[in-house]
Amino acid sequence: MAVTTQTEPAPTEPPRAEPTKGTRIRGTQRRGIALHVSLFVGVLLSAFPFYWAVIMSTHTSTEIFSYPPKLLPGSHFGDNLSKLFDSIDFFGSMFNSLLVAVSVTFLVLFFDSLAAFVFAKFHFPGRRVLFAMMMAIFMVPAQLAAIPQFVIMAKLGWIGSMTSLIVPAAANAFGIFWMRQYMKSAIHDELLDASKIDGASFLRQYWHVALPVVRPGLAFLGIFTFMGQWNDYAWPLIALTNPDNVTLQVALSQLNGVHGTTDYGMVMTGAVLALIPLLIVFAIGAKQIIADLGKGAIR
Amino acid sequence: MATTPLTAPPVEKPPAPAAGPPAANPKKGVLSYWRLYAAISPFYLLFLAFGLIPVGFSLYLSFHRWDGLGSMEYAGLSQYRYLLSDTDFWSSIGNTLIIWALATFPMIFLAMITAVMLNSAVRFKNVYRFAYFLPNVTSVVAVAIIFGSVFSTNFGLVNALLQAVGLDQIAWLNTPWGIKVAIATLMTWQWTGYNAIIFLAGLQTIPGELYEAARMDGAGPVQTFFRITLPLMRPVLLFVLVISTVTGLQSFSEPQVLLQSTANESTFSGGPDHAGRTMVLYFFQQTFDNNDFGYGAAVAWGIFLVVVIFSIVNWRLVQRRGED
Repeated sequence: MAVTTQTEPAPTEPPRAEPTKGTRIRGTQRRGIALHVSLFVGVLLSAFPFYWAVIMSTHTSTEIFSYPPKLLPGSHFGDNLSKLFDSIDFFGSMFNSLLVAVSVTFLVLFFDSLAAFVFAKFHFPGRRVLFAMMMAIFMVPAQLAAIPQFVIMAKLGWIGSMTSLIVPAAANAFGIFWMRQYMKSAIHDELLDASKIDGASFLRQYWHVALPVVRPGLAFLGIFTFMGQWNDYAWPLIALTNPDNVTLQVALSQLNGVHGTTDYGMVMTGAVLALIPLLIVFAIGAKQIIADLGKGAIR
Repeated sequence: MATTPLTAPPVEKPPAPAAGPPAANPKKGVLSYWRLYAAISPFYLLFLAFGLIPVGFSLYLSFHRWDGLGSMEYAGLSQYRYLLSDTDFWSSIGNTLIIWALATFPMIFLAMITAVMLNSAVRFKNVYRFAYFLPNVTSVVAVAIIFGSVFSTNFGLVNALLQAVGLDQIAWLNTPWGIKVAIATLMTWQWTGYNAIIFLAGLQTIPGELYEAARMDGAGPVQTFFRITLPLMRPVLLFVLVISTVTGLQSFSEPQVLLQSTANESTFSGGPDHAGRTMVLYFFQQTFDNNDFGYGAAVAWGIFLVVVIFSIVNWRLVQRRGED
């Protein structure tokens, strides 16, 4: 335990930063400064590993192995980049990752929102049982199903292809539950009634009445799904049996396994490049994701 | 295997009794709802094919010997009996629990402090939240590669720091405790911000008048925290603890990527002396390295049982404290 403190230099003091209104202005100000200094130290700790990875991606392994450690950018990013492209099919695996993440995201958005719409706004025999069943599925740990999943997919001939990643992820309990909560309050029953009187079919109601009002919810689910798929590792590692046709995370892991003790500069370059698409997606949706996560937890 | 994103706890209020206007009409037959059943069917079909049937099959499998290719051989309870006496399995439970504890307690402590600070900070709130959440969205593979270099014996940052202050260097990824500390640090780094955001959302639901009243009664910040904040945060704390337990006890990617280049026999072996071999790593090793599908299935059910027991214990502990 004592050792952890060296990497995580206790970023904070006890929570004495409760603003005491009115009383001692000086003290309050000093506390405000201490508060922001502590929070800033936390930000540094969060960001530092990223910074260090970028720095290492610009150095040769000889430079990395020297003491003191390099804390400023070097000049070998280009070399590391070309070595990386020689070692793994970077763009091929990036394409695979994009293919999986984008396909799954669209499938999940469609299937989950459609099912959520039904559970949120319609009554039908068996509704409670079906919904409860879905919630129970949340609890099943992935490795319980892993072996038979692998066997089934081998029988179907999907092992080794991206199909084995896309199909089982095309709809999920989390998304249906989450969209249902959202739709219950966001879609007004009067609107549905009106559209029904106008003769709208079920699919028209879904497409023209429900979807337009739940766009923010879809955005959250979409970004969340994309990031989850982009980062997924354990199942792709097992299912993608052809080492030349893998997703980016698996390719990175192969790279680390083979060169992880010798060519850190190149491995880091790969890690940094793999983070970029994700950071872009996160930057677009960060505000909403953070707000919705919080709401989810206290609901 | 975090394939499901973790956010809201599935706390479900009972559905409002027949509030929605398109209510079920008892006179209509089940078939007249075919559109609705069709709309929810994709999830249930996928669940059937890749959830229910596999889980049932894995239970069946755990009573059989099978290498995935040849014919299955009925083995009765023998694999479960072997599991109980399998010291490798028990040590993987130990590893998992130690890593979980090393990661979870500092994480919850730091997350709570961060959340309280964020709650009282007026400016830059969004910037802070963005920065604190960033570690959580990055892939475990990239993060484990980066932390592998932070804890590297030869050129790692931690050892450089130790050297700078005149302490002995530690072969982090080559000693049992070093391995566990490295994995736990990685998890703490990746999940503290996420939990802080969850705690912050909880803190924001506590009415300000409560704090006003406490202040009028002369309570200090520390007293306020323990008397007001903490008791009211118990449900959120419980949520965070349950999520950390379920994810922490099933950790796989962190030790797998971090230790794969130091592992000599298999990429699932958990580093020197198997010190970082978690339960799920052991499951992968038995199943996909040794091709022992039958025993792998028994291990999977063993893990499931450990997770369930541990979650219940956790839940009880937090609940009990609430009654005092």
